Formats: sequence, structure tokens, C-alpha cells
Amino acid sequence: MLNRAVAPPIKDAIDFTLQLKPCEQFTLNNGVPVYLINAGAQDVIQIEVVLYAGNWTEPGQGIAAATNYLLKNGTTNRTAFQINEDFEYYGAYCNRACYNETAVLSLHSLTRHLTKLLPVMKDMLCNATFPEEELEIYKQNSKQRLAVNLQKADFVANRKIDEYLYGKSHPYGTYSNSTDIDALNTGALHSFYSQHYINGACAIFVAGKLPEGLKELLNENFGYLSLHKPTFKVNEIKTIPAIEKKYRIQNDDKAVQGAIRIASEFPGRQHKDFKKIMLLNTLFGGFFGSRLMSNIREDKGYTYGIHSYIQNHTQQSAWVISTDAGKDVCEATISEVYKEMKKLREKLVDDEELLLVRNFMLGGILGDLSGPFQLIAKWKNIILNNHDEKYFYESLDAIRYTTADELMALANEYLQPEKFYELVVY
Amino acid sequence: MIHFERFTLDNGLRILVHQDKSTAMVALDVLYDVGARDENPDKTGFAHLFEHLMFGGSINIPSYDEPLQLAGGENNAFTSNDITNYHCELPAENIETAFWLESDRMLSLAFSKKSLEVQRKVVCEEFKEHYINKPYGDVWNKLRTLAYTTHPYKWMTIGKELKHVEDASLQDVKDFFHKHYTPCNAILVVAGNIDTAQVKALAEKWFTPIPAGEKYIRNIPQEPKQTAPRFLEVKADVPLDALYKCWHIYPRMDERYYTADLISDILSGGGSSRLYQSLVKEKKLFSNIECYHLGSSDAGIMVIEGKLVKGTDIKLANAAIEEELNNLKENGITETELEKVKNKSESAMAFEDMSLVNRATSIAIYEVLGDANLINTELEKYHAVTVENIKQQSQIIFNENNCSTMYYLSNN
Repeated sequence: MLNRAVAPPIKDAIDFTLQLKPCEQFTLNNGVPVYLINAGAQDVIQIEVVLYAGNWTEPGQGIAAATNYLLKNGTTNRTAFQINEDFEYYGAYCNRACYNETAVLSLHSLTRHLTKLLPVMKDMLCNATFPEEELEIYKQNSKQRLAVNLQKADFVANRKIDEYLYGKSHPYGTYSNSTDIDALNTGALHSFYSQHYINGACAIFVAGKLPEGLKELLNENFGYLSLHKPTFKVNEIKTIPAIEKKYRIQNDDKAVQGAIRIASEFPGRQHKDFKKIMLLNTLFGGFFGSRLMSNIREDKGYTYGIHSYIQNHTQQSAWVISTDAGKDVCEATISEVYKEMKKLREKLVDDEELLLVRNFMLGGILGDLSGPFQLIAKWKNIILNNHDEKYFYESLDAIRYTTADELMALANEYLQPEKFYELVVY
Repeated sequence: MIHFERFTLDNGLRILVHQDKSTAMVALDVLYDVGARDENPDKTGFAHLFEHLMFGGSINIPSYDEPLQLAGGENNAFTSNDITNYHCELPAENIETAFWLESDRMLSLAFSKKSLEVQRKVVCEEFKEHYINKPYGDVWNKLRTLAYTTHPYKWMTIGKELKHVEDASLQDVKDFFHKHYTPCNAILVVAGNIDTAQVKALAEKWFTPIPAGEKYIRNIPQEPKQTAPRFLEVKADVPLDALYKCWHIYPRMDERYYTADLISDILSGGGSSRLYQSLVKEKKLFSNIECYHLGSSDAGIMVIEGKLVKGTDIKLANAAIEEELNNLKENGITETELEKVKNKSESAMAFEDMSLVNRATSIAIYEVLGDANLINTELEKYHAVTVENIKQQSQIIFNENNCSTMYYLSNN
């Protein structure tokens, strides 16, 4: 007779051998490094051209993002419509994204259309024109989108918490207001483009089922541009954290929920504690079975979800707890978050819970080790943060072997309420 | 080509196996053929609330999540107006844990009072987060009510109102479980690093003992043909005026569905699509505009929505959309334009199939629609669409008597 009360035996994920598939590398004529992962069953490819053109070095608010966005809005050879048409005709997606240190131009396509699409990307990288009319449309639509977003408590909370943590003059803490958008002009975009795109530092990441002759094709299109190899480093900019720690902001009179952010400065991924902290964070608020979720959602029902995470920054970072909770239970939610910190400081995590978190994390990593896009994402993270393979294996060991005593010590060092900014936007 | 094998247990549970040796994982997808369309009009939002309760412990196992996480797995679920779907992914060695957990909650839930009380609150917060505490959050409630007079698509998956969720009782939960959560109303897909023999043995052990239950026969009122234009004007505390228009289209399995799907891509599939180019870039009437449909199993709706550039007269904006639609109805499209949207469909499908969990879920969804092999043959149906089909269907769909229009105006 089947006994359903007894769990089938499992193999602990901590006992799995996890191997990161090596990443192939070669260099274009101009020195730009290309990293490749050849895997997957579908005939698709992803190409990410990473440039050191984030808001780290922008001379005025919003210039990096506007330049990045408008790469697609006209070149000396193509109008915005033609660029879109060239990609869309082949069912391909050309996206761009602007981050803090870097900005990306990416392509997702069926492999067989690659020869048609790379020349268009090349055109955007060296011949963008930033037409006045396109910039005006961009400004108008950005301001409209901003007006809508400013009515959302979570949007406002995300901006404000970063401002408290880093200061508004730091790239991690800055954000655009309507007047910043108004101030954008094509001159500033042209000059930023010339410095950080045409003559920029660049690395290329490619993944998918890779075709024959890919290297030649990449070199033909990108190897003769004035781009150069990055140092994978940026100059340091000092943060100016806010003095006041507690904030309550009334954004909407009719709010039925509050957006809660509790956050403290946290040394970045270069710090010796970082890998172990990833384990402590997962236990605390990093997955569905975390302490915060189990207590505040699954026991109290105060929220649809509560999460903690270390911000994914290259330099200094922050440890953030984030949730939207019912308006009348916001303060109760905050006090439960502090109670959970206290528990981690004062009571050792038991073996069963610790094994669960270790297995959960390693099982997730195992799942990410086969798909080409997940693999290149792991490699990209390693390379852009100036690490090597060793970093990946040390992270695994931190998950496997960090002890309950070490976790308690880390909680005592980092999870002290007085270190945390506390914000509710209603 | 996505390969799979299919077999059915004596209790009616359909099982499909898709092998992929390139991964160390397996994904299990359990689809229950029940969605918000199967709800009682006085108890809406229940299918979705129930999805939450499926994680509150089953008859022999106090927690679903913990043993799965211990086995290195993770999971999620979603409810739509048509179906409720649960999926998990874990290392292939630990596949039996997933069979154990999924079969026990198919056998019976624990029906815990505490779980119901907490999840009612959680879902109310979800409702607030997505549909109340957000500008334009109530649009879908209003649009569905305008477009559907009869079919249960007239309410949202999360429910018509908070009160319906707040009033759910334990008896409702039990009745719903016995009516819908039976092997014969479910589909199980196992994908990843396993073979059919292994799956058969595990299914035999864990699922065969579950009583078949009664097959639920869906009998829901279908939407009568709309015979006159509908119009609604709303005023709200939002920064920008917004315009919403929708038209009834075809059921998911109707051959004309593919034509309708391609029409939405022609109108708004990206930066070179018609509505974006004409109304955002050239005429500058909208700051964004989209056309899409919901892919519903029963006849769904095609929607065009956009936010207006400040200062634009909404009647003018509406007329400009009509003009674009008239152009499509009268002049149709070129072969090149058709080729473009077909290429897009092909590419979208290939990217969707990259993830193991997506593949498992897609196989389950196609199976409940009628045949899992549609995952392989559907592209042909897109390829079969002609420029004549597009022109003809534009004329039928974008008929003014088939249209509902909502002006969502800013108070300031």
C-alpha cells in the first residue's frame, strides 16, 4: 500500500556536481573581445553589444539613456522606420537598454537571418543621427510616461530609496524629472555618442545555436569600427547617503496600499562576505519559502509578496526589502521585518531549513546551466565584474558550506535596524 | 520539431512526455481545465483564489513548497479566464518528489481554514496592488463589462469585486475541488531529462490510485453577436486621457483566429507597425498605442489602446484610428507586409520554446485546446493566411457594430 505521508528519497542538490560550460573567446580586429556560448536546440541567436555608455559618465541628467534609446531612430543610411522595418521584416528584435556603467544594443533573431541584420546594427553603432524631431517625440513621450509613473507608489518609492542610499548626485541614486527631460538636446547626444559609442569601449556576448562563419561575420561588421577593448573598470564616484533614516510620503490621497522599502548600504560583490550574504539573503527574503514570505504573506496575509535582495550593482550596493502592503498594515509589516532580522541575529538557523535553502539555490543554478541564454548571462556577469570562473565555484561553495554560526555572525553585522533606511509611500 | 509521447491512465488523466537530454532538469506541468469562465457570476475570482489554496497543504502533506525546495525545485502557477496551470522544475534525479506532491494535491487538499483565511487576504492585496492602487487599474473591469453582456469573460480572472473574494467559504472551496480538480479534468506534462518508461512507472504508482471523479461538462452562455456600437466615458484621477477600443474575434481553435492574430501584428507589432508609425510618429496624437488580443479559448476580443498626447482631442484621436482601420479594410496589405508578420510569428515561437518550463506549459495548453501536436503544426496555419484573408477579416472584425469604445478621461 502506497504511503503518501512519506516523502520519496531525494538526492541533495549540495551533492550535485555543477559545471559551468566554458565560454569561448576571440578578439575582433580592433581589439573588442567577443564571448560565445554555443548551445541549444532552437535555431536562434542572441547578440549583446555592451558599451561603457551608462549614466556613469553622462555630463547631464538623462543623456546616456536618451542616446541609447535613439540609436534606433535614424542613421545616415536609414530612417527610424527603416531600421525598425529591417529588423521586423525578419521577425527579429533589436533592443537597447541603458544601465549605470554600461549600455547595451542587443539582437534576438533566427540564426539564418543574421547576415541581413548585423549591418543594420553596425549602422546604428557608427552612423546614428539623432534627428531633432525624433528627440522631441522622445521627450514628449518620456514626460507623459513619467507623469503616469509618478502616480504609482512603487515607482516613487524605488526612486526615493536609491536617492537616500547613494545621494541624487550619484549614478545609482539619480533620476530624471520633467525639467531634466526638457533640457535634453541633440548636441549633447551627438557628443556622448561620439565618445561612448563610436569611439567607445565595447565587449560582445553571443549565445545560441551558432552558425558557421560567425566569427568572420562579426569581424566584418564590428571589427573595423573605432571601438576598443574595455578595462572593465570605471572611476569611483562617492556616494552621499542621506542623514535622516525614516520617511513617510503621501503620494495619493486615495491609496489603499503603501509601497514599503527598507534598505541599507551594503559593500558590493567584491567584498569578502558577499557570497555568504547571498545565502543569508535567500533565507531571509530571497525566495517563496523565505522567512519574510512565510511570516508576512503566508501567515499574516499583509501582502501579495515581500522580497529582499542585494541590488545588482558593480560598485557599492544595498540590501533592500521591498513590498506593497495594505495601508492599515504597513507599520505592522515593518515591525515584522525587524522581528525577522532579530531572529536571525539571535537564533541559529536549524539544519533542516539551511539544507532546504542550500538545495533550493543549487537546484536553481543547475537549471541555469543548460540554456544558452542563461549560460551567457552567467558569463557576462563574471566578465563585466572583472571576475573569472573561480568566482562561480566559490559562490557554489559558499552556498554549500557556510555554517549557521557564520550566518548568525553576518546577521549581527549587517541586519541591524539602525543601519536601515525606512520608507513608506502611500 | 518538439517530440512527445502521450498516454492516458484509467482514471482519465492524460499524460504527455517530452524528452530533452540536454538539460539536467525535469519540468512537470499540471493543467486543470477550469478558469474564471467556469465561475458562478456571484462568486467570481474563485478559480484564482483556489490556485492559491493549492499551496496550503494537501491531504497527506502539510506543505507543497518545502519538500519541493528541499529537492532543489521551484514552482509557480497561473490562472486565466480559461485554465489553471501549475508548473515546477527540479533536478531530474528528484523527479519522484514532484509526482508525490502533485498527485497528493490532486487526490485531495487538506482544506485548512487558516490557509483560506490568509489567502483571502493575500488575494485582496493582489487585487489592490494590480487593479486599485494604480492609475488606469480599473480599465479591464470596465472594458470587459462593456464588451461582454453574457459570456463569463465579462469578469476579470481576479474577480469582479473584492467582496466576492472576501466572502469565499470553505464549503465553496470543497465543492470547487470536487467538481474541477479530478484526473479526468487534468493534463500532466513531464518534460526534460526522463523517458516515457520512467514516467509511466511513476504515474502508475502515484496517479493511478486517484479516483476518476466526474468529467465536468462545460456549458457556459456564449456571447450573442453584437449588433450596435457601444460607448462608455469614464473620468478618473489620471494624468492623461486614454482611449480603448475592442472588437469581438474568434475562438482559439477557429481557422480565422490566425488571420486575426496576424492583423494585430500588422497594426502594432513594433516600431514599423501601422498604428505606431502613423499615430505616434507622424500625426503625434498618441504617446503610445498598441493592438493585441487575449488569445482566449472562446471568442475573444481584439483591443486597441493608447494614451493621448496632452492637449489632443479624443474624438480626433478616435477618428484617426478609424481612418487607419478603414485604410486596412479598403486597401488591404502587401505580400511583403504579410511575410513580415509571418516571420515574426515563427521567430516568437522559436524563442518561446527555448525554456523547458515554457515547452511543458505550451504542450499542456495545446493539448487542452485539442491536440498537443499543434505546437508543431501551428506555424503552417499562419503560413496559410493570405492577403485576401486579411482584407476580408479586417472588414468583418472592424465593423462599427462590432466595436466597443471607451474614453478614459483625465480629471485634471
